[in-house]
Amino acid sequence: MASKNYLSGLFGASPVAPLQSHMTVVDECVTKLIDLFENMAKGDTDAVQVVYHEIAALEQKADDKKHTLREHLPTGLFMPIERQDLLDSLRVQDLLANRARDIAGIVVGRKLQFPEQASERAIELVKATVATCHQALKVVNELDELIETGFRGHAVRVVEEMLVELDQLESETDRIQVELRSDLFSVEKDLYAVDVMFMYRVIESIAEIADDAERVGRRFQQMLAK
Amino acid sequence: MDYGTTYLVLAVIFGLFMAWGIGANDVANAMATSVGSKAITIKQAIMIAAVFEFAGAILAGGQVTSTIRKGIVDVSDLGATPEVLVMGMLAALLAAGTWLLVASHKGWPVSTTHSIVGSIVGFAIVGIGMDAVQWGKVGTIVMSWVTSPLLAAVLAFLIFRSVQKLILETNQPLENAKKYVPFYIFFVGFIIAMVTIVKGLKHVGLEIKGMDAILVATAVGAAVMFLGKFLIQRLKFEESDNKDFHYHNVEKIFSVLMLLTACAMAFAHGSNDVANAIGPLAAVASIVESGELSQKSALPIWILFVGGVGIVLGLAMYGRKVIETVGTKITELTPSRGFCCEVSAATTVVLASGIGLPISTTHTLVGAVLGVGMARGISALNLDVVRGIFMSWVITLPIGGVLAIIFFYILQAVFV
Repeated sequence: MASKNYLSGLFGASPVAPLQSHMTVVDECVTKLIDLFENMAKGDTDAVQVVYHEIAALEQKADDKKHTLREHLPTGLFMPIERQDLLDSLRVQDLLANRARDIAGIVVGRKLQFPEQASERAIELVKATVATCHQALKVVNELDELIETGFRGHAVRVVEEMLVELDQLESETDRIQVELRSDLFSVEKDLYAVDVMFMYRVIESIAEIADDAERVGRRFQQMLAK
Repeated sequence: MDYGTTYLVLAVIFGLFMAWGIGANDVANAMATSVGSKAITIKQAIMIAAVFEFAGAILAGGQVTSTIRKGIVDVSDLGATPEVLVMGMLAALLAAGTWLLVASHKGWPVSTTHSIVGSIVGFAIVGIGMDAVQWGKVGTIVMSWVTSPLLAAVLAFLIFRSVQKLILETNQPLENAKKYVPFYIFFVGFIIAMVTIVKGLKHVGLEIKGMDAILVATAVGAAVMFLGKFLIQRLKFEESDNKDFHYHNVEKIFSVLMLLTACAMAFAHGSNDVANAIGPLAAVASIVESGELSQKSALPIWILFVGGVGIVLGLAMYGRKVIETVGTKITELTPSRGFCCEVSAATTVVLASGIGLPISTTHTLVGAVLGVGMARGISALNLDVVRGIFMSWVITLPIGGVLAIIFFYILQAVFV
């Protein structure tokens, strides 16, 4: 008799788990940058190549997840978070993976290698950026707790603390970035100018990853405020 | 009356069929939220539904049955030809049953209540006349289809907010859940006992009035509360689920609560929806037995019994499968939410039963779900489905009416 039921149709698929799993892949993708830079510092171009392909694959996976989530978000869906906030958050998350792939692409394509005086610091910058990304993932993973409490009380305070920490981590990347630039500046005269140009671009992109990780957090702040 | 026994047998068969359909399909909606949140197993759902649907039908189903039976159609003009009403009620049962069969086959969100009311009104317009419909009463009923989901939504919103305030958003949700959940249990027990005592029991020959009613309801509430406390104490909690949050454990407590609200839901559903099947049967039976139109005669208990048996049969034969399908699909609803929805829906439906208003249990439940959604409690709701559900009754009324008119003419051709 009842082949379909409308009461079960009432409950839409929750976007929370897909959003979190997207961010998990993104985080994994960005984390690979550490491998990339360490291998680059060692001058192991084969290993760099391998890591590049891993990053590209993860970026693709994140992209697929983004598309599936978007397809499953019809306009008639009533959610505790604004549809627009959710889509924005997804877009920024995806941007992180895209940037990681671009960086890896430049490193591989240009056979880039930071000068010895700067390579240590470059790895430090990547690690700090990955840390902000981890923190952003932690925030995203709190979303189910936020929904459980209906965006109130204890869970909100926990997330707010996490956001403060996210801010601090991002400032840290800014600081390292300034130092790395000055390291590079002091030796750039001896290097091939085009390479130096790309090094600055890579540094800029890494800093942007940290910025975007912070933006993911800021989206959450907006969701909390409503 | 020439065909007295034939009419009665037909009415019992149609009424049973209708009750069977309610048990097979409708009950699933009342039980699905409990099954979906894994608060109870399907087996438990069947047992609870069987016992409490039956109890609700017998103990609190009389008031709505009276409305269906004699509240919609004014038969004072009918005088010498009571057969018309018999045919009409039979036609209404057939029409509503047929429409529900088609609708549930297609998966359309159609309510038994809307079908039967539409059918009776349809037959009355054609069979007796425009004036025979008690438009005032029909207006009240139709209004209640708007207000009942609204009331449930507001209740659900408020109850969920109180759960947030007292339990979820505090620093010790688990301790607070243990502390406050028993009071919610008391509330559920009290309301249902109160309505049953005040409005339902006179059909089974028991009358408790005034202060006594409050006392008895309080006693019932307290009894249920202690049962709940006992069940919560038996729970085993995993200590280190999560340092910051104990929501897994909190939800376990709400599961206990949902076991009880599932009973309340089944009771409420039985008390309101049984009338859709046996209201017309009651009308036919009273005419056949007395040979005349009597607006005064009491409702014989055996008729409520027929309804109860029909529902339980439908549940046993077919309901299991439907509960399973619906329940396994509703997984997004956690016990704390499911509880808020069920408590609000059950309270609203039982109140309506007490007043004698036939309302749609499913619509009320949907209203409650939306209420929790408004309080940012549910991760995703399909508003398109909601629109479809609420639009459906606008279509159901004329279709039920037209079908009833067709069956009315067929029956007249056969018997007269």
